[in-house]
Amino acid sequence: MAWDRNDMAARAAQELQDGMYVNLGIGIPTLVANYIPEGVEVTLQSENGMLGIGPFPTEDKVDADLINAGKQTVTALPHTSFFDSAQSFAMIRGGKIDMAILGAMEVAENGDIANWMIPKKLVKGMGGAMDLVAGVKHIVVVMDHTNKAGESKVLKSCTLPLTGKAVVNRIITNLGVLDVVEGGLKIVECAPGVTEQELRDKTEATIVN
Amino acid sequence: MKKIYGSAAEALDGLLFDGMTIAAGGFGLCGIPELLIAAIRDAGTKNLTVASNNAGVDDFGLGMLLQSRQVRKMMSSYVGENAEFMRQYLSGELELEFNPQGTLAERMRAGGAGIPGFYTKTGVGTQIAEGKETKEFDGETYILERGIKADLAIVKAWKADDTGNAIFRYTARNFNPPAATCGKVCVMEVEEIVPRGSLDPDHIHLPGIYVHRLIQGAHEKRIEQRTTRAA
Repeated sequence: MAWDRNDMAARAAQELQDGMYVNLGIGIPTLVANYIPEGVEVTLQSENGMLGIGPFPTEDKVDADLINAGKQTVTALPHTSFFDSAQSFAMIRGGKIDMAILGAMEVAENGDIANWMIPKKLVKGMGGAMDLVAGVKHIVVVMDHTNKAGESKVLKSCTLPLTGKAVVNRIITNLGVLDVVEGGLKIVECAPGVTEQELRDKTEATIVN
Repeated sequence: MKKIYGSAAEALDGLLFDGMTIAAGGFGLCGIPELLIAAIRDAGTKNLTVASNNAGVDDFGLGMLLQSRQVRKMMSSYVGENAEFMRQYLSGELELEFNPQGTLAERMRAGGAGIPGFYTKTGVGTQIAEGKETKEFDGETYILERGIKADLAIVKAWKADDTGNAIFRYTARNFNPPAATCGKVCVMEVEEIVPRGSLDPDHIHLPGIYVHRLIQGAHEKRIEQRTTRAA
């Protein structure tokens, strides 16, 4: 019984602490907003120029001028602020954002991350991901542990073009939680019903004790 | 001082030439200068280099200039919403220079602020760093990125007075201010031109010094991902 998408988002939400400014990536990371713990106030940043992202609008409140970085319509909150893209990335590059929770195609034991392109197949672009991994203080990756063929996506070294080098701090997968430490990855916890042996078997990266 | 023009075509008159570089505001389809893009399509200007975070969708925004084969090169961070873009790029018809989003924004800001280059950690150790000068500061490696100076900036704001003092609305601000500053000439389209004195000087987002020509018009403002919750 490994974690599903929502379980992974809920587990990632446990990383959030009161007062944090946080950027959530597209996909499972976006779901993290649904699981922010009671009593914890975090301000979500959207790199297209918004601090304080509110919930999706009701149909009558949809506004073309108010979207998140995934181009989805959203709402503002009483403490929301808006700013331009240069200012947005000044706060990212400047180390003001406490945590980014991002998806990935591959991660490696030294903290490398690849999530922006598959040569000749998927050429969409990095958007703000390279800026986020370079500038944000703490990088949490949420991803499936293996690909559809059952091969590990948690690797000794990435095979795809990198988004950032030695930038990931913590990896949350459907099988458990791992930290990037000196010499490899350290198991923090296993998902319910997943044994440490199974986690090790499905991880290509070096696991240190 | 006369900055107000009657139409997008009039506002662009004398500014367009084949092979020029254009910086455009907008994020996805939010806050794009849709009237000016349509006028550039109608003018048929060719071999354009366009610096814009995205490339629109197939039939709207900058995607229209791709359909009409007017673009030679895009400088963008994300082009995933545009199938025609992908086709032209993979077949080698279109040149693409990927820029990390923050690097693209800062390249525009720097170009407009008289800063020819800046060092950033973004992209170090990736393809983006290939061929770029690096330098160490306090034990960390940074890469040199160049400021962008465009022949023309096309941007969209919410309201402006006749001198071009402009305000934007919500997340439609995005790349518009940095793009506006990096053009040798900046043409701005707005939803409403308002009388002098009706905008609070403390609330101006972009001072009129950056804006040379101004038009007012109705905007379609298409939505890419209409996401809602139950009432």
